[in-house]
Amino acid sequence: MTALLSLIRRDIRIALRVGGGALIGVLFFLTVVVLMPFAIGPDLNLLARLGPAILWLGALLASLLTLDRLFMADHDDGSLDLILMSRTPLEFTCAAKALAHWLAAGVPLVVATPVLGLLLNLDASATSAVALTLLVGTPALTFTGMIGAALAVTLQRGGLLLAVLVLPLSIPVLIFGVAASNAAIVEQGTMSFSTPFSILCAISLASLVIGPFAAAASLRHGMD
Amino acid sequence: MMSLGPYASFIITSYVLVAAVVLLLIIWIAIDHRRVRARLHALEQAGMGRRSGRGTTDLK
Amino acid sequence: MTLTELANPTRFLSLATRILPWLAMLTGLLLVIGLYQAALAPDDYQQGATVKIMFIHVPNAWLAMFVWGVMSVASLGTLVWRHPLADVAAKAAAPIGAAFTFLALVTGSLWGRPMWGTYWEWDARLTSVLILFLMYLGLIALWRAVEDPSRAARAAAVLTLVGAINIPIIKFSVDWWNTLHQPASVIRMGGSALDKSFLYPLLIMAVAFSLLFVTLHLAAMRNEILRRRLRSLQMLQASKPVALP
Repeated sequence: MTALLSLIRRDIRIALRVGGGALIGVLFFLTVVVLMPFAIGPDLNLLARLGPAILWLGALLASLLTLDRLFMADHDDGSLDLILMSRTPLEFTCAAKALAHWLAAGVPLVVATPVLGLLLNLDASATSAVALTLLVGTPALTFTGMIGAALAVTLQRGGLLLAVLVLPLSIPVLIFGVAASNAAIVEQGTMSFSTPFSILCAISLASLVIGPFAAAASLRHGMD
Repeated sequence: MMSLGPYASFIITSYVLVAAVVLLLIIWIAIDHRRVRARLHALEQAGMGRRSGRGTTDLK
Repeated sequence: MTLTELANPTRFLSLATRILPWLAMLTGLLLVIGLYQAALAPDDYQQGATVKIMFIHVPNAWLAMFVWGVMSVASLGTLVWRHPLADVAAKAAAPIGAAFTFLALVTGSLWGRPMWGTYWEWDARLTSVLILFLMYLGLIALWRAVEDPSRAARAAAVLTLVGAINIPIIKFSVDWWNTLHQPASVIRMGGSALDKSFLYPLLIMAVAFSLLFVTLHLAAMRNEILRRRLRSLQMLQASKPVALP
């Protein structure tokens, strides 16, 4: 257990350093959200309507950006080999790394959401709805993205291939995340917040299991 | 010829496209086959045989 | 021939070479019959003659899913049972499946234009097939990105299986998403219950296309086995000491 805890602590510490990627993720999130109005136009009503979608897209792309380094950095300095050879089951190690990544990179995105919600003219209830769905949804993004990161570490030039592999897996999360946010904002009565939200939770929970197993299998087979 | 209605061009285009892609697949697999066999044959001429001594392009 | 007996590539090659001509002829025959039946089929009261596109759209869509299923079984063969021909089967199937998926998209789009007025409609079926197409392309890219075929096989096997789990999830998500953002037209592709006069040609075409896949797949597997033979011989040749004059 202590092995996993120290792995988590180490990963968080590395990620929070300047070149570590956690803060760069938030910066990218900010950039994407700022770019949107330039493309869409400054119409505040339109931005408010599109707000949850813009925030979710920004968070997804920011997660994708930072996932690259999940295993790559360890592979480059050789610690991935040590991790593979250790006695802790690889599935738990992968889960620990994903957890650390989410804490360091995913949670800051959620924290940044209220500020960015202001830029998009979202009111308090809308922003908190989006933040809540992001809180529940970003683990799914991280854990499914980890599968792509593990597959990409076996390639020399992982990068863009990682994005292509991960994106289809993230589409359900995106669909339900935005739907839940919109349902919380527009009280239409045709759809409650709880339906898409619980499905989002279900997807996240499933990814907590499937992600580490698939990532461990990829690493094991790919590193021979 | 049967009457294909006002959207005849769509129907014909889709059938032609399917035929074209299927033909492309067949041709690609056939050319690939020929290429690999040619290179195996060339290797055999150069003296690289299989461990079992059978021909490299032997399919039986 | 059991699966274990077929594990020998040479034996597989000989079997494949023997049955390929027959498969090809049977496929051609069924395709001709199917096309003839499709030509004879009546017009739909709602869609007119454009319903004939269904006879080539549906088989391609069904094959797009089926081929991923075949690759998933092959991937299990690679990861769980380490069957030697499993990765050959998986690698050979991917481009063929991608082609069928592409055809499903294109024929669906051409069917949609008369029906909906646009070439693209974000309805549940087309959208799910589009995502499936992206997954095929990603898988093919992964196969090509790793040099060593057996390492590529294992990475591709994991991605295929994860994709297989994800396909029903995506289908469900996109269906659900689509009911939220209901498109204007309510015309459903193919109608709810197919009349016999439409069902027969459709079934014949479906069987014909399935046989087409089996034929192409076996031929592609044959190529892949030969290619691996070529690769090992080339590596052997490269490692031979060169006689210096």
